[in-house]
Amino acid sequence: MLPDALDAVPTPSTSDAAAILGGLGFVVRLDAFNGPLDLLLHLLREEQIDIADIPIARIADQFLLAIKHLGLNQAADYLEMASRLVRLKVQMLLPRNQDGEEWEDPRAELVRRLLEYQQIREIAHWMSGAVDRRALRFARGYLPPPPELPPPPLTLDLLDLLTAVERVISSILHPVFHSVVARPLNVEGASLRVLALLDERDEFIWTAALGAKPTITDVLSLLLALLELAKRGQCFMTQPAVFAPLVIRRESPRPAD
Amino acid sequence: MNPLAQLIEAALFAAARPVTAEELVILDPDASLDEVRVALEQLREHYDFDGHGVELAELGGGYQILSRPAFAAAIERAQLGGRQPRLTAAMLETLAVIAYRQPVGRAEIEEIRGVSASGVLRSLQERGLIEITGRSEGLGRPLLYGTTPLFLELLGLPDLANLPRAEELTIALQPYKVETAGPDDDSAAYVAADA
Repeated sequence: MLPDALDAVPTPSTSDAAAILGGLGFVVRLDAFNGPLDLLLHLLREEQIDIADIPIARIADQFLLAIKHLGLNQAADYLEMASRLVRLKVQMLLPRNQDGEEWEDPRAELVRRLLEYQQIREIAHWMSGAVDRRALRFARGYLPPPPELPPPPLTLDLLDLLTAVERVISSILHPVFHSVVARPLNVEGASLRVLALLDERDEFIWTAALGAKPTITDVLSLLLALLELAKRGQCFMTQPAVFAPLVIRRESPRPAD
Repeated sequence: MNPLAQLIEAALFAAARPVTAEELVILDPDASLDEVRVALEQLREHYDFDGHGVELAELGGGYQILSRPAFAAAIERAQLGGRQPRLTAAMLETLAVIAYRQPVGRAEIEEIRGVSASGVLRSLQERGLIEITGRSEGLGRPLLYGTTPLFLELLGLPDLANLPRAEELTIALQPYKVETAGPDDDSAAYVAADA
């Protein structure tokens, strides 16, 4: 019923809209509003309208005009109110029963909602002031709000891990198993070589600590040794450019401050 | 100050959060709740009349020692204390609805504010200002929300009764009948009940 209701309202062309908005003397920016009730209250305030006696036809037209350029994702909240207003507008046009029977104002529900919302707004305003007043008093041990942290790392015990591996393997049709042979890394020896080199020179390219024909084990040993020495502060590693070979230094490249 | 007031002062100094009078009673096996309240009053007067930079504040259901507002600017300038991120208007309005109508479901909040509430409810939950207090008996058993002690702490209020009452607001709601509510359900007419 919503599209019909909207169609029933004369939709002015853009130039008309500009003229009407211009005539009203204000431009409505919807992103400044907290929803349709907020917008409605704003329209009523601008027109200095008594909330108990809303000229529905005029307000409905203004409301539709204001939401005309709304994006679809914002529009849902406003369209419901728009349809209510249009329905009210129609109801107000219906002839009233004159003979004695009490006329029930179809606007009553809208007025109730507006008053209710206005009261919530007033409470929210009061609460904002209370927060500001409270913020002037500090408790002991103030801690600055923590920065946004990435989610904590996954914690698994060995059993979880093995169960997961089992599950993956069982889903493979023809699993091929490799036997992994542990290669003897010589981190100790590599460390000694690095320290010996640092005794002779202030800095060197990391590959200088490798032998003539290094095996993969030698390279890994050296890398682990370098990381360990750097961690203990016994050497400093810098990479002058992206993908450039690591430079190993005895002293920190920057003077200690 | 008497020894109990001193003990309470030490405990409040040590605590990271507001401490209730009931928790303070545990400090001294010989002390009664009344004696604790008297001692708290003594501590408050000690701070107020002996020229201290701190005061005894009652908030979030408990007691806490807070610096006085007069020193806020200097403390912030020295970066010894700072403010929490501000609450948005949507957050404040949603908190207002929940504070007065708790336990309250999302549908009622959305009805009052006229906008979708799921995003703002999540933000408020993440900041620990509201919590799920149960489920409604209604269709689909929707979640019900309520405010937390942290909400009261943020506003510096001892308890919910310190929120403004309807007659203190410039706009007071007229009592009205709710067709949809049952005869025993007066939750929607909370202001009328307060007035």
